Amino acid sequence: MAVEKMSIAKALNESLRKALEQDPKVLIMGEDVGKLGGVFRITDGLQKDFGEERVIDTPLAESGIVGTAIGLALRGYRPVVEIQFDGFVFPAYDQIVTQLAKMHARALGKIKLPVVVRIPYGGAIGAVEHHSESPETLFAHVAGLKVVSPSNATDAYWMLQQAILSDDPVIFFEPKRRYWDKGEVDTEAIPGELHKSRVVREGADLTLAAYGPMVKVCVEAAAAAAEEGKSVEVLDLRSMSPVDFDGIQASVEKTRRLVVVHEAPVFLGVGSEIAARITERCFYHLEAPVLRVGGFHAPYPPARLEDEYLPGLDRVLDAVDRSLAY
Amino acid sequence: MTVESTAARKPRRSSGTKRAAGAASAAKPAAATAQTQDAEPQLVQLLTPQGDRVDNAENAEFAPFVADITTEDLRGLYRDMVMTRRFDGEATALQRQGELGLWASLLGQEAAQIGSGRALNDADYVFPTYREHGVAWCRGVDPTNLLGMFRGVNHGGWDPNTNNFHLYTIVIGSQTLHATGYAMGVAKDGADAAVIAYFGDGASSQGDVMEAFNFSAVYNSPVVFFCQNNQWAISEPTERQMRVPLYQRAQGFGFPGVRVDGNDVLACLAVTRWALDRARRGEGPTLVEAFTYRMGAHTTSDDPTKYRRDEETAAWESKDPIQRLKAHLLATGGADEAFFAELEAESEAMGKRVREAVRAMPDPDTMAIFENVYADGHALVDEERAQFAAYLASFESAEEGH
Ligand SMILES: Cc1ncc(C[n+]2csc(CCOP(=O)(O)OP(=O)(O)O)c2C)c(N)n1
Repeated sequence: MAVEKMSIAKALNESLRKALEQDPKVLIMGEDVGKLGGVFRITDGLQKDFGEERVIDTPLAESGIVGTAIGLALRGYRPVVEIQFDGFVFPAYDQIVTQLAKMHARALGKIKLPVVVRIPYGGAIGAVEHHSESPETLFAHVAGLKVVSPSNATDAYWMLQQAILSDDPVIFFEPKRRYWDKGEVDTEAIPGELHKSRVVREGADLTLAAYGPMVKVCVEAAAAAAEEGKSVEVLDLRSMSPVDFDGIQASVEKTRRLVVVHEAPVFLGVGSEIAARITERCFYHLEAPVLRVGGFHAPYPPARLEDEYLPGLDRVLDAVDRSLAY
Repeated sequence: MTVESTAARKPRRSSGTKRAAGAASAAKPAAATAQTQDAEPQLVQLLTPQGDRVDNAENAEFAPFVADITTEDLRGLYRDMVMTRRFDGEATALQRQGELGLWASLLGQEAAQIGSGRALNDADYVFPTYREHGVAWCRGVDPTNLLGMFRGVNHGGWDPNTNNFHLYTIVIGSQTLHATGYAMGVAKDGADAAVIAYFGDGASSQGDVMEAFNFSAVYNSPVVFFCQNNQWAISEPTERQMRVPLYQRAQGFGFPGVRVDGNDVLACLAVTRWALDRARRGEGPTLVEAFTYRMGAHTTSDDPTKYRRDEETAAWESKDPIQRLKAHLLATGGADEAFFAELEAESEAMGKRVREAVRAMPDPDTMAIFENVYADGHALVDEERAQFAAYLASFESAEEGH
């Protein structure tokens, strides 16, 4: 066993390093990923060790980055591209949605698009506009893309490995406010499936389902609820496309109550889909409607308001109380 | 004054034959590569780094555009640069003290911004990026308004139509298209005005910027593209953005491009006036490349020691835009010590005002989250606002209950 304590940022860095070592076809591309090591230092030291042909500083052009990554993938490479911040993926959205997502189907399955698009996402870092958004729904809605987000260092390490090994395009959302959270990573363990949810904490009265940055908030909420005698189960969804509905169903059949939590706006968010599906699947098990906690139908606010905007402990606990009151 | 095609104008070329130099270099990538790496490229310059006036064939086309500039005007330009630098330094300090979340410093780019900003008429319209504090100054935007966004209390902080100065745009390159569209409107209205779009060397890689160039050429829009080539896009040098000198790119779209010494406020004023004049006369877009340098970090979050050599920065120090004009004013008797002392006091007072204003800036009301999402009402926003208000009120009633 090779267990090491490291931050999520470091785990991602180690994961990229391993991928570069294991497969000469793996490439890293993006703005400032070279000498600087990326603005979050996720690619720190990689260009130094693997050279400019493997770790490529690109011109400042997101459509160009993803578009050329598609071409490289068609030529047999496995590009892992970095989008600097969530709000800057949109110049590349056209390439991702109209091309990357659809080419495999159009070519009758004859070509593969093993492209990973890494996007640091979410708020709570006190940034200016376009640096705190959670646009995962916009990608999960598109057939042909897989959309995942780790919440801890182990998952950061393994899910990125799995994403790079996947022959499908993967949109890999990294919870940037958790980059510096540390955890144990076993770099030799056999990982679970990329799209399977994970029970983080067992409980009997209610299920909290979350992914990425909100998992930690939910774990804290469950601990707080426990002090009031409420037994809350926490599920880390890990994947937004596909969603592990079986995992959620199993938990809900046990607890009979579900609250879905994410930073992204509630309206038409991942939580909406889960609420609908779980209502269909578990109608007779549910003691309360599936509730959702998330962002508002409003632009992400200026930093001084983000604490109010983002779901925190109180808003999650409020939803727990509302659910239990039915 | 008649304007020849870009290909026929010679001074801004750093190499090649006289005619069709742009075309020649486009056909020879090797030559173009050499040009981008040229340490001292040729450019329009009216004041040397030592502060001497330059009078040569290279700038003959542009010098007439500042023939009316008096000594008093020069002192005004100097004052603008000093006040802007002071404001910028104050903001950097406020970030360090935790009053601002982030700051994008313009240190070193004062001449490019003041020279171009002072070339504008009131009716002209500006589309800035996030670093145009000097241009904002020229437009009469209260400097304290620029800080709200960096403090995190708003996403803008001023009404763009008050000073014809649009909001800062953070998504790289987007605003060049807005400027082009605005200019299309100006032309349709037959107004005597022009539009100026600011962007960086890195931005020139974005598709939006290329599309803006093309639309403006196709519609012959009265827009000036003012690129501050400060040599770096965060950690990436210009070599990672382009292989042909930036100003030459205009030619491929069918309009002139000019490279000007971005640390020479007088040259920036002259070239921008020239370009705006063309625009107002209906001669279409121009690309101005102000060749300058970002003396500080990209923003307060950035660490340039990871990618940039100190010697490079030091070499640019000797081209400082403010020192250059000061040397000129002193050598020509255009200003005395009393002037500089007065200005020092004035900038000190402005710094104090900015500090106090920032510290006094209130956090926005929580319910501002739901404000201005739509111009018309919207049922979903109304519902969420009401729910959130009730949720917040539940804390207050819980407290009262105790
Ligand atoms: C579409 C987009 N991608 C990435 C970024 C992140 N980013 C902010 S500034 C910057 C570099 C900009 O360089 P340049 O255009 O040369 O302007 P400068 O900041 O040097 O004035 C980058 C990559 C962004 N703001 N927008």
